[in-house]
Parts: sequence; structure tokens; C-alpha cells
Amino acid sequence: MYSFEPNEEQQMLVDAVGKYAANDLHPAAHEAEESRELPKKLISKGWELGLLQASVPESFGGFGDRSAVTSALAVEEMASGDLAGALAVMTPSLFATPILLVGSEEQKKEYLPKIIEGEWRPYTAALIEYSFDFDANDLRTTAKLSGSDYVLNGEKAFVPFAKDSEALIVYANLDDQTQGFIVPKNTAGLSIADEREKLMGINALPLYRVKLDNVTVPAANRLGGAAGHSFELILASMQIASASAAVGVSKASLEYSMNYAKEREAFGVKIAQKQAIAFMLAEMATEIEAMRLLVWEAAWMLDNGKEEAVKQAYLAVTGAADMAMMVTDRGVQILGGHGYIREHPVEMYMRNGRGFAMLTGLAIV
Amino acid sequence: MTIEFETPKPIAQMQTMLQSVAENMMRSVSREFDENEHAIPWDYVEFMHTAMKAAGLGGGLTPGDDKPKEGAEKRPPIGYQRLAAQIEMLSWGDVGFYLITPGGGLGAAAVQAAGSPEQRIKFLARFNEDKPTYAAMCMTEAGAGSDTSAIRTRALLDEVAQEWVINGEKIFVTGGDKSFTEYEKLGKGFIVVWASIDPMAGRAGMRAFVVESGTKGVSIVKLEHKLGIRASDTAVISLVDARVPYDNVLGSATVEKTTTGFKGAMATFDATRPLVAASGLGVARAGLEFLKEKLTENGVTIRYGLPRNKLTSIERDVIDMEIQLRSAWLLVLKAVWMADNKKSNALESSMSKVRAGDVTSKITQKAVEIMGPLGYSREFLLEKWFRDAKITDIYEGTGQINRLVVARQILGYSGKELR
Repeated sequence: MYSFEPNEEQQMLVDAVGKYAANDLHPAAHEAEESRELPKKLISKGWELGLLQASVPESFGGFGDRSAVTSALAVEEMASGDLAGALAVMTPSLFATPILLVGSEEQKKEYLPKIIEGEWRPYTAALIEYSFDFDANDLRTTAKLSGSDYVLNGEKAFVPFAKDSEALIVYANLDDQTQGFIVPKNTAGLSIADEREKLMGINALPLYRVKLDNVTVPAANRLGGAAGHSFELILASMQIASASAAVGVSKASLEYSMNYAKEREAFGVKIAQKQAIAFMLAEMATEIEAMRLLVWEAAWMLDNGKEEAVKQAYLAVTGAADMAMMVTDRGVQILGGHGYIREHPVEMYMRNGRGFAMLTGLAIV
Repeated sequence: MTIEFETPKPIAQMQTMLQSVAENMMRSVSREFDENEHAIPWDYVEFMHTAMKAAGLGGGLTPGDDKPKEGAEKRPPIGYQRLAAQIEMLSWGDVGFYLITPGGGLGAAAVQAAGSPEQRIKFLARFNEDKPTYAAMCMTEAGAGSDTSAIRTRALLDEVAQEWVINGEKIFVTGGDKSFTEYEKLGKGFIVVWASIDPMAGRAGMRAFVVESGTKGVSIVKLEHKLGIRASDTAVISLVDARVPYDNVLGSATVEKTTTGFKGAMATFDATRPLVAASGLGVARAGLEFLKEKLTENGVTIRYGLPRNKLTSIERDVIDMEIQLRSAWLLVLKAVWMADNKKSNALESSMSKVRAGDVTSKITQKAVEIMGPLGYSREFLLEKWFRDAKITDIYEGTGQINRLVVARQILGYSGKELR
């Protein structure tokens, strides 16, 4: 069957997240971006919505089952409030969800309950590398087996909350495969830059460069245990999250510029009554809906173990990143000179919109 | 309800069957009927009529009433979803052929939407007879395209004879020839003519009239020569003092303040826009599949999963085309799913049409470009699909009209507020 309506449970979640996005994230976004600081209370409130908790089974301290579709809906909604805030709230998922997906029983038992049951605490993951030809499937950071340990070497970039994190998953190249390794804080050879990364957008999210100099972890810390894991499902889940966030940011830009166009007058009418503006808005809405459905389908494929999920997630994030650039650019254009002024959020949406082409790895469904 | 993307089994089975029809009865002669415009592919017409009658689809491609058999488990309706998939597959075979699939088409759809139960029985029974039979919709005029309220054709009631007298000229009548001209191999068809019974009343005065084939005073002025969809005839039809029985008017014969007559036509468009989008996407898929096949033959592989900045230009193009095609198809699916579930889908219908109009053209244009001289040559069908594709962004509301509809819907504007 085809069906395009979230179920009751999903709708309740979307409504709750939507409320948080509109009433908490959105009003705080400008100040957070300018001061490069997210209020702790804001993150805690988002954490209490229980997105991650609801995707972990009871046996590990949660109260539900993971669904990529449900998560995609939630990510879109949250990102429509503020991208940096949304990524911060969901940072612990970067650590917990891969463990939930492909981790060994021991890893699940050790980490999931303590992440889920308490307050929001920064568990994180390091995937991105600072190079022009960065490719998640062809990493420069290496892992080598040495006796019963793995030795990690390399440098990671854009790692959320690395400074304060309890532990992180480091993705590295092991025999030409991307594999994750759990690295607790204070491990010898792990060094985190003092200075935060400075990027074009998502400035409220603390991101760090992380160096690995002969970081040694026991074989049991390899994600999935000694036998390792498949990376493609993790990557697909990250791509779907990134694509959903792109849809959310684009939706925010459309809503803001549409409301502006309905208020702003020129030549005796609202500018939304001019076809030049109205057609831009129509195209933005159409593109957003098209990519939203592509993301949903990818997430549904993932939930249902379809082989095509991996390719579809790639198409979804590729298409959604393009769409986000187009939509957020037009959001600025519709406001004209006002769009260029930082008092209006559309310029921030545009800066955030460009990021989706290279920021897969900062969220996961 | 939930979010699901599993193709229902009956639709998947139907697709497999129609694909073999498309390959064997359409693709094999596609070129021939493109080169011989206005020739009728009788093999296809007669085969489809027989096959569809046997399948209980004598009325042509319709969503059907989709009622479960007695005692059978109650399923959600999928009539429009099935229809969209049928149209996509037939158009993948040849969109010109698809357009002349026997049946009532838009003419019958108008009777279905605006006619009384008696009129439906009277006018629609013929499509189930032995011979393939057609009906067409006559809406557009030289001075009234997307702005259908500018229609000049007039219908006056001759009270003594109790007949309507219609005068005017209609253009762009898809299937007008097969619906009106009497062919030995075809059953007696009809055209549905939109005309005003009260020019002062504007849209409220607009009515649709069933005009039987062979009616005196009605003539096919010419058949157009087109860029594409050449297997489908497009007629100019003139009506000079054409007399039509009183009961052939669809809907009320008097003008009230309501605009029901015209709304009937507009409701038809909400239902048919995603279907036209589906048809375009069938053409786009044909083009994209052909391109990928040729690339494979020539040793070019598409490396999905690679970062964008590592891809070749051709890889980026093909990946973009796949994104465009799939996402546009999902818009179609959502619009027809809403129709099946009786949800108002004016916004989604127009969105699907906007997007399909764009991507159908873009995909076929890009495919021709990438194929170079092979794309431009008439040895392959790709250049034909490029020509066929363009109509998707024009008929059943141009891309621009559909942008207007989308904009009005999302802004909450009336036609007056956003012209």
C-alpha cells in the first residue's frame, strides 16, 4: 500500500516537536547564532521530548522501537525551529543510534541505558575530515589491528561537543572499510582542539577538530564487536537525517518569506500578489514537498530492510541539499535588501542551507 | 494511517502486463506512427479495446468504482493510484498511443462529473459495445486557452423545437476526429462542447453539451500537425447552427447564481492533473532508461554514493535526473492517493503537474544532450520522446497556470487577489 499520512503516534510526536521548535528553538535562534552559545536549558527541554528515548527498546532503558520514518518527521520539525539547536539536542544520537543499529550486546548494555536514563550529556561521533575530497566511504583516518587492540591515527573535523563528551565514536578506515570505534574521553593520544571550528553557519553548535595520535582501544570497542559492522546503514541513516533537516530549514525559509510577502506592499499591492513572487513561492513549496516525499521513501525503505534504501538515501540527501540551497536563496531574494540584514532569519537559513552538501555526519535518524 | 511506500500487488501485476503491451504493441511501431501523422494504429486500438473489455474496463481507463467483491476483505481504494500507474506505463511505451487508448476519455469524464444518473447511463453505455469508441472534450478556443471563462461559443435554446443551437469554433480537441468522424471500425462517439447559455452570467452561464458524432452543422475543420504526440489527433471543430436535443445539456438548463456548471469542469481538472503528470513521467522514464542503457553499453558507470565533487558531469546529470523523476512520481502518488481517499487535492494535483512538466522536459532534453549525435538522430526514439515530453508542461493547464493554483492555495488567495 501507499500511504502518506503519519500515524497517530507520529502525529503526536510531530506536534510536540513542532511546538518546541516554534516556541523555544526559533525565538532563541538569532541570539544563539550571534553569541555562538546555546542555553543549556533549551537543550535539556528538547532532550526531554524523548526522541532518542522513544527509539530505544525497554530492555536498554528506552520506551520504543527505532523508526527512521518517525525520526525523519521529528528531525524535519525540529530543524525548522533552528538547525544548530536541533543538532545539539540530537547529538547523543550520533553515539547511541549506531550502537543501537549495529552495536554488540555488550556495547548496548554498557552505553544505551546510561545515555538514555539521565540528563542530556554530550556523547558524540567523529566522521567528517577536513579535506577537499572527503568521502565517508574512503577515510584518511586509519585503524590498524595490533594484537588485541586497534590503533587509530588521523584527524577529524566538525565534531559536535567533542570538548565535553563522555565518549565518541571515531570512524576510521580499516582495510578499506569505514568502521566505528568507541573512544572514551581522556584516552591517551586523543586530543581535542581548544578553539571551536568557525563555519559559515550553525555557529551556535560547538564543533571541534579532533586529533588521533596512536589512540589505542581494545578490540571490544570496535562498533559491533570483534567482527565489526556494516557502515552503509549508518551512513544512510545519517543521510536521511541530513536530508530531513534540509527539508526543515527550507520549510522555515518558505514560511518566513511567505509571511513577509503577504505583509510587504509595493505598487499598491502585497508583493505576494505579484506573480514574480508568487511563482517563486509556489516552486519553493513544490520542491520542498517533492524532497520531503523522497526522504520519507528512503526512510521507509530503511525501516523495511529494502536493498534500495542505501541508494535512495544518497539520492534524498543529494536532492534535498540542492533543494535547500535553491529555497533558502529565494527566501533571501523575496525579502530583497531586508533579506540581507541579519535581523531577519532568512540569511541564516541560507547559510545553513548551503551546509547540507557537506555536513552529513552531524545527525542520524 | 501510516507512511508507506509498498506498491500494491494488483498494481505491480498490472505494470508487468502493460509493460509487455508497451514493448510489443507500442515501441515496435512508435516511429512509424510518428512519421505518419494522423494514421491510426488499428492493431493497438483493437487489441486494447478487446483486452480492456475482457478486463471489465470497457469504459476506458478510469479509476473504476473499486468496490471490493462481496465477502472480500475491505481494502482502502486504489483506483486512481492504479490508473496513474497504468498511464505511466502506457506512456513509457508511447504517449501518443496512450492518448488514443479507446474509451470515453475526457468527454466521458465530463458526463461522469456533471451529468445526471440518466445521462450517465444514456451516454456512457456505448463504450462497452463491440467496437472501440471515443469521446472528446471541446473546451479551448482561439481566444480562450487557460482562461476558460473567455469562451465565446454560444448555446441558445430553441423553445419551440426544444433544442439547443450551438455556434462557435473549438481548437485543440484531443481525439476530436475519432470521437466525431464516423469510422467503420469505430462505434458512435460524441464530443462534449463547453458553451455559454448566458454571456452576461460569466462562468455561471457555462454549460457542457453532449454533441453526437455526425451531428449536422458540426465539422472537423482540420487536424493539427504537431511537435510530438503525433499518433494522437488534435482537431479544430466548428459548430454552425448545430442542433442538439434539450436533454443533452449536462447539469441545470437554467442559470442560477451558483457556478456549478463550471466547477464541474474544474473538478475534472483536479482529478486529471496528476494523471497527465503520470503520463509525462512515463516519457521521462523511457528517456532516462534509454540513456542509462546506452551509457552502460559504452562503458560508463554511474558511481552512486560518491561525494558530489568527485562525480563526472554525466554522473551528476544522471543522478539529478533520477532524483527529479522519483520525487516527481512521489508527488503524483500522493495526489492520486488523496483522490482515492477523498481528500481535497487541488494543491497536490497542481504541484505534481508543475513538477512533472518541468522534469519531463528537463530529463529528455538532458538525455538528448548527453547522447550527442545519437540523441539527435531519428534512428532512436529519444529525440521523439524529447518532442513528446514538451506537451506535459502545456496541456491540462500549463506549468504557469498550475503555479498560480499552487500559489493561491499556499497563500490562501482567491483568483481576484492573485491574478
